[in-house]
Amino acid sequence: MSNYLGNYSLYIALIASVYLMFKSYLDANSENKYLDKNFILITSIQTIMIMVSFFSLVAAFVISDFSNETVFNNSHTLKPLFYKVSGTWGNHEGSLLLWLLVLSIFLFIFLLNSRLQDTKYKLLTILFQQIIISGFLVFILLTSNPFKMLYPIPSEGLGLNPILQDPALAIHPPILYLGYVGTSIIFSASLASMISGNIGDKWASHIKKWVLVSWVFLTIGILLGSIWAYYELGWGGFWFWDPVENVSLMPWFCLTALLHTVIVLQKRNSFKEWTIILSITTFSLSMSGTFLVRSGILNSIHTFANDPSRGLYILSFLFILILMSILIFFYNQNKISNAAKENFILSKETAILVNNWFMMFFLSVVLVGTIYPIFLEVLNGSKISVGPPFYHNLLIPFLIPFLIFMSFGPSLKWIKDKLKNFNYNILIIFLVSLLISYVILTKTENSFLLSIPLIVLSIYLLLVTIKDFFISKSSISQKISHFGFSLLITSIILNGLFSNEFNSNMKVGDERIFNEKVVKLKEVNVKNVDNYKSLKASFEVTNKNSSFALYPEVRIYQQPLTITSEADIKTTLFSDNFLVFNILKDDGYYNVRYQYKPLMIWIWISTILISFGGLLSVIRKNEQKY
Amino acid sequence: MSKNIKFLGLILSLIIIFIILLKGLNVSKDYSNEKLKSKIDFSLNAKKLFSDEIINISDLFDKNSPSVVNIWASWCAPCREEHQFLMKLKDMNINVIGINYKDSPKNAKNFLSLLGNPYSEVITDNDGTKSIEFGAIGVPETFIISGKTNEIIKKYIGPLTSENLIEIKNILKKNV
Repeated sequence: MSNYLGNYSLYIALIASVYLMFKSYLDANSENKYLDKNFILITSIQTIMIMVSFFSLVAAFVISDFSNETVFNNSHTLKPLFYKVSGTWGNHEGSLLLWLLVLSIFLFIFLLNSRLQDTKYKLLTILFQQIIISGFLVFILLTSNPFKMLYPIPSEGLGLNPILQDPALAIHPPILYLGYVGTSIIFSASLASMISGNIGDKWASHIKKWVLVSWVFLTIGILLGSIWAYYELGWGGFWFWDPVENVSLMPWFCLTALLHTVIVLQKRNSFKEWTIILSITTFSLSMSGTFLVRSGILNSIHTFANDPSRGLYILSFLFILILMSILIFFYNQNKISNAAKENFILSKETAILVNNWFMMFFLSVVLVGTIYPIFLEVLNGSKISVGPPFYHNLLIPFLIPFLIFMSFGPSLKWIKDKLKNFNYNILIIFLVSLLISYVILTKTENSFLLSIPLIVLSIYLLLVTIKDFFISKSSISQKISHFGFSLLITSIILNGLFSNEFNSNMKVGDERIFNEKVVKLKEVNVKNVDNYKSLKASFEVTNKNSSFALYPEVRIYQQPLTITSEADIKTTLFSDNFLVFNILKDDGYYNVRYQYKPLMIWIWISTILISFGGLLSVIRKNEQKY
Repeated sequence: MSKNIKFLGLILSLIIIFIILLKGLNVSKDYSNEKLKSKIDFSLNAKKLFSDEIINISDLFDKNSPSVVNIWASWCAPCREEHQFLMKLKDMNINVIGINYKDSPKNAKNFLSLLGNPYSEVITDNDGTKSIEFGAIGVPETFIISGKTNEIIKKYIGPLTSENLIEIKNILKKNV
């Protein structure tokens, strides 16, 4: 039943989409002053239809309706309700339906939110957004219909990979999609403003809200994926440079650049073309992400062997959109009025431009690392692999000028600033950060030449961003985001330098001394739980004057015989202590792996701060308006 | 005029990228055909992970039966996921040769002592060149290689699954 409902409501949404495309195209060419009431009505019908379709898939997952092929492939009656629901978007078909749902909801919100805008601009935005929506609708209906029926109806589903059953991962895709899809509105709106010729400071303050919202969601989405990798994969890392991770990072760099550029457009009414190019690029990168992940062209933990027709469809659709936007851009370029404005080297405009260069550099590195292997394989059949060393070697040295730049760039004035404004506070802060870095560096044996400027500058930037809270006149949201960013960089650098671990075979009662800490294996309790045998170890880690306990576990499942290790992580404000153990064949001995990871929690907290700054800016924007 | 050139240049590069990606779509599906006929160069030398001894790759392979080769790294998350299946291959008495890809020996050894060592022998590949010789584009990848003809019989890209295990077992049986 829900299969039919879900399927046919998608067709109705497609009809609505075709109607809206034609109607908005015709109306945009006439000189109507007001938006036809039908637009809101039909758009809301379309949104409701897609919602009906989405929730009928959710319902099929909840009641475990195995006549639905998607449910059969990805669910199981014994799964907890929470993972049944999140299973809806844990697969290709369902995730595309979610993507479509967000697309239409965003258009609806856009229409409600832009009453004051020019009618032609609104009509064109509807047109472009409907082109994207219909593209996805046709894609779903032709190649990835989530409502395919199975007969005879199987009695049990195939289940969801246990590694994917994690709360962070359950909400990770929807949040990330809100970010991705938010860029579609920016894309449609920038093309529309290009044609209707209303690019300028007013348009910038209108679109800035969407840029901020997408950016906040994208940031949180990436954070959640990272948290999952850290806790669930338990391999001590939080970023693996996996192609699918990169694919979410690329639009983030671009969107961060856009976020800064749009402010220049808003305040100084310049950088018009650059803003449009960034808007188009950001959405193209989000779409390319979908292509790369969904077509199976990349090899990664997230991709699965797929129907080649899907890849072909998304690739063609992506290129039609890019081609369309390039045509529109060149055809309407002369409509952009660029009143000659004086630009001075020492000004906020230049600072933001330099920020953009850095973002574009980071973006290029990640793009090359992700795409180049595919190109090389096609061009001469050779195969290369790009791993973390590539990214580290190319990105880390460039962090040094970036950190220097970020310490003074944001406090420059618009139009023209003077070097005289240099004050001695900065010198004092720099000396303090040198001192702190010296103290830190004496505590480590690691003395690469590169790590010294990195530590000094990251601490310097951290202190400067703290100072800015009291002195600088910039907005509180910017202060929070920049402080969060410097905290993130500092935490990552210190975490990378000071993480250490030991690995040893221990018996019950054994003690090992490691970096002035004593790790003792006190006992191992064997217990039979439901469908597995549990070995729960009790460790005591004693530091000079304090001690804490860790309880890692080994689970032995019988049907089929699988052994899993559950690490125990003790998180404090200063560090994470990570302990995992395993059974060895020799009697009585266990393999123990203990990791010390400083400032781990600050990586999460600082990312939350970064996005909180953005969120605050969205809210404050509304306050000013009303 | 310069605007037109910019425009044409952009469109042209876009078309080239499109064609390359389009071909890329097909290439990655092609592993089971032409690419498999390639022979492995058995004259390569490699260092063992556990003993630092340098050996010739051909010494690792049994001349009369096919061998399974797995390329992995301790920093690779999917390798960890696939590891349980490699352990199962070991339990089925199937010899698996490991190639440790762009890894530090310390981390690699830790990985194996933590999760178990499914490999009959592990050779190191610090700069990734030996894996390229096998036609690998990333980690993990698993190959079945004939000892007689040096040819790749079957290749798996990405982590192995339980279905792959049965297939590997059948291929090995057929080719003995």
